[in-house]
Amino acid sequence: MTSLYRVLFILLLVLGFSACDSADPRATQVEFWAMGQEGEQVRALLPEFERRYPTIRVRVQQIPWSAAHEKLLTAYAGDAMPDAFQLGNTWIPEFVALRAIEPLNDRLRAWPQPALGDYFPGILATNRLNDQIYALPWYVDTRLFFYRSDLLAAAGFVKPPTTWEDWLKALQALKGAADAGRYAILLPINEWQLPVILALQRGATLLRDHYQYADFQNPLFREAFSAYLGLFEQGLAAPVSNTQMANLYQEFAKGTFAVYVSGPWNIGEFTKRLPAELQPHWTTAPLPTLAQVAPISQTEGLAVQEVGASLAGGASLALSRTSPRQEAAWKLLEFLAEPAQQARFYQLTGDLPARQSAWDDPALADNRYAQAFRRQLQNVHATPPIPEWERIANRIAYYAELAVRREMTADAALAALDRDVDRMLEKRRWLLARGVMP
Amino acid sequence: MISAERHAALSAWAFLSPALLLIVVFFFLPVLAALLLSFTDFDIYALGDLNRLRFVGFANYLQLLQSPLFWTALGNTFYFVVVGGPLSVAVSLGAALLVNSRLTRFPGLFRTAFFLPVVTTLVAVAMVWRYLYHPRYGLLNYGLSSLGLEPIDWLGDPVWAMPAIILMAVWKNFGFNMIIFIAGLQNIPPQLYEAARIDGASAWRQFRYITLPLLGPTFLFVALMTMIGYFQVFAEPYVMTQGGPANRTVSVVLLMYEEGFRWWNIGYASAAAFVLFALILAVTLLQLKWRRRSALDPGSR
Repeated sequence: MTSLYRVLFILLLVLGFSACDSADPRATQVEFWAMGQEGEQVRALLPEFERRYPTIRVRVQQIPWSAAHEKLLTAYAGDAMPDAFQLGNTWIPEFVALRAIEPLNDRLRAWPQPALGDYFPGILATNRLNDQIYALPWYVDTRLFFYRSDLLAAAGFVKPPTTWEDWLKALQALKGAADAGRYAILLPINEWQLPVILALQRGATLLRDHYQYADFQNPLFREAFSAYLGLFEQGLAAPVSNTQMANLYQEFAKGTFAVYVSGPWNIGEFTKRLPAELQPHWTTAPLPTLAQVAPISQTEGLAVQEVGASLAGGASLALSRTSPRQEAAWKLLEFLAEPAQQARFYQLTGDLPARQSAWDDPALADNRYAQAFRRQLQNVHATPPIPEWERIANRIAYYAELAVRREMTADAALAALDRDVDRMLEKRRWLLARGVMP
Repeated sequence: MISAERHAALSAWAFLSPALLLIVVFFFLPVLAALLLSFTDFDIYALGDLNRLRFVGFANYLQLLQSPLFWTALGNTFYFVVVGGPLSVAVSLGAALLVNSRLTRFPGLFRTAFFLPVVTTLVAVAMVWRYLYHPRYGLLNYGLSSLGLEPIDWLGDPVWAMPAIILMAVWKNFGFNMIIFIAGLQNIPPQLYEAARIDGASAWRQFRYITLPLLGPTFLFVALMTMIGYFQVFAEPYVMTQGGPANRTVSVVLLMYEEGFRWWNIGYASAAAFVLFALILAVTLLQLKWRRRSALDPGSR
C-alpha cells in the first residue's frame, strides 16, 4: 500500500508543477527529450536558440540512456510523446513502424542543396527508409581500433597496418611478444559488432528478399564468421565477456590486451582514465580493408581507399507525428543541425558531429584521436533497417559466443541462427503479404 | 428498514471497497489483461496499429515449450531453487540457532549484522561481489591460490556462474529468514528443554525432537516463501551476468523481462509469466499437501 501512496504523492507533485509551469502565455513550449549527458549539455545551446526565436521556449527533459527506449515506447503507448526527441539511429525503423515519427522530406526541401550532402552519407542512410528521411543525424558513432602504439611499435609495426592481412601479422607479433595471461586484442565474446562488420566488409547482406528471411548461411557471412572465430582459435583474443572485465582501462594500461574495437565515447574515457605516462602511447586507427577487395571509390578523398567498412551508428533528432507544435520543434532541430552548433556540441560533450563541415572546427581538427574517426566515417554501413534488427543482433552475439566456446560448430551455429531469425521475421512477412506495412 | 446484519454487511463492504477496488484495478484487471494478451501476438507492430494484432490461440505457449531457451531458463531456475532454496533455509536456521544460543554474546549485534545484507541495495552488493569473483584480483581466487588451487573464473565459466550467483543470493537473503526463525525459536516454551535436559537428552536430540517439530509451521512458511521468491529470481543474474555466460544464468523471469520489455513481445512474455505462475502454484500445492499429510501422520517422518 505504501507504493500506492507514493504514486498518489507523485501525481500531486506533477499536478503542482504543471500548475506553476506557465511562463509566457504567448510562447510556444516545445517539449524536447534528450538522453544522458546530451540531455544535460544541450541546455547550454538553448539560450542562443531562444534569443533567435523569442516566441519559442524549449523544455528539455533529460532521460537516462538505460531507460530511454522504454520511456519513448511508453510515451507513445500513453499518447504522451514529446514534440522533439533524440533517438538511437538503430531505433528509427521501430519508431517508423509505430508511425510515431514525422517524415521530414517536405521540410527538407526548403534546405539549400548542399546541406544534406554535408552529412556523412553512411550515417544519413540509417535515417532514410523508403526514400523518406525520418530524423536528422545529431552526432555519430562507429567502431574502430583503439590500440597501444608503444606495444605495436615494439612488435615491429611503427605505423598501423591498413589491411586485415597485415593486422593479423601484427596481432600475431603482439601475441608472441606478450607473456602468458596476455593477448593481442580484446573482443568481448558477447558482442555482435565485429562478426557483422567482417560480414559487411565482405559484402554480405545478412538478410534477404527485402529483409524477410535470414541469410547467415550465405558463403560471405560464413567466411566472415570463420575469420572471427579464427581470432580466438589462434589465441589472439581471449573468450571473455564484457561483464568479466572489472576495469577495462586498467587492463589496457597494463597491456593485458593491446587492441580494442570500440567507439568515440572511449576517446574521452581513455584520455580521462589511463595514467598520464601512458597517454602518448595509445591512439586510434580505422578498420583495415580486405586486401583482395577492390577499394570503394564512389566517395571523395584519398583516405577512403584505405579504410575498411564499419557500422553506422549514433543518435538523431526526430519530430513526433502527433505533435501540435511541429513547426516550433522543427526550428529547434534545424538549429541543432547547424554546423556551428554541432561544433559547440562537440566541445560540450565530445560527441562527434554528424555534419562534415563541423569537423573543420579547430577543436576537432586538432584532436588526433578523432581524425581516424573522420576517415572511418567515410565508409560506414547501416545494419538492416527493420525493427527486428536489435533482436537479430542479439541472436548473432548469442550464437557467436556458443561457437567461440566450441559448444557448437560454426555450421550448426549459423543454421540455428538462420532458423531463429526466420521465426522472428514471420510477423514481418505476414505484414508485407497483407500490405499493412508503412 | 434494513436488518442489523445486512447493515453490518453493507458497512463492511463500504469499508473494504477502496482496498478491493484497488486490488481489482491494479491487480486482477492487469492479470486478466495479461492472460488475454498471452493468446495474441502483441508486439511493437501491434502497438502502432491494432490491425496488426493477431489472435494466435495457444501458439505462444507452444512456441515457448518448443523454445530451447525457455527450457534452459527453466532448468537454470530449478537449479537455483533446488540448490539455493534448501541452502538458504539451512543457513538461516543455523544462523538463527547460533544467534539465539544462550552462549552467544551480543545477539543484537549479530542479528543486525546478519540482517544488513537484506536491506542493502542489490545493485551495490552485486558490484562488490563482482569484485570478489574477479578471476585475477578477486578475494575468492586469492584464497584459492593461497591454498594452492587453480583460480576459477566465477562469473565467466558456464559451470561456475550459477553456483556463484547462488552463493551471493544466499548471503544476501538468509538474514530475513533468520529473523523469522529466531521468532519461531523464541516461541518454544523453555520448559520443554528443561524437561528434556532432566531426562538426559543430548543437544542433538533436543534439536531433533523439540526444536524441529515445534518450528514446523515456521519452517513451512519459510520454505514456501523462499521457494516462491527463488522461483522468481531475476535481479541477481540481471545485474551480475545478464544471463550469460552462454545463457547459463538466464532465469524464467529474466527471459520474460527480456522478451517483454526489451523486445516488446508482450504476448509471448505474458505466456511465459503464466507458465511460471502455474508452475509455482503446482509446486506450492504439492508442498502444502505433503506437509498436511506428514502433519496428520507423524509416524511417516
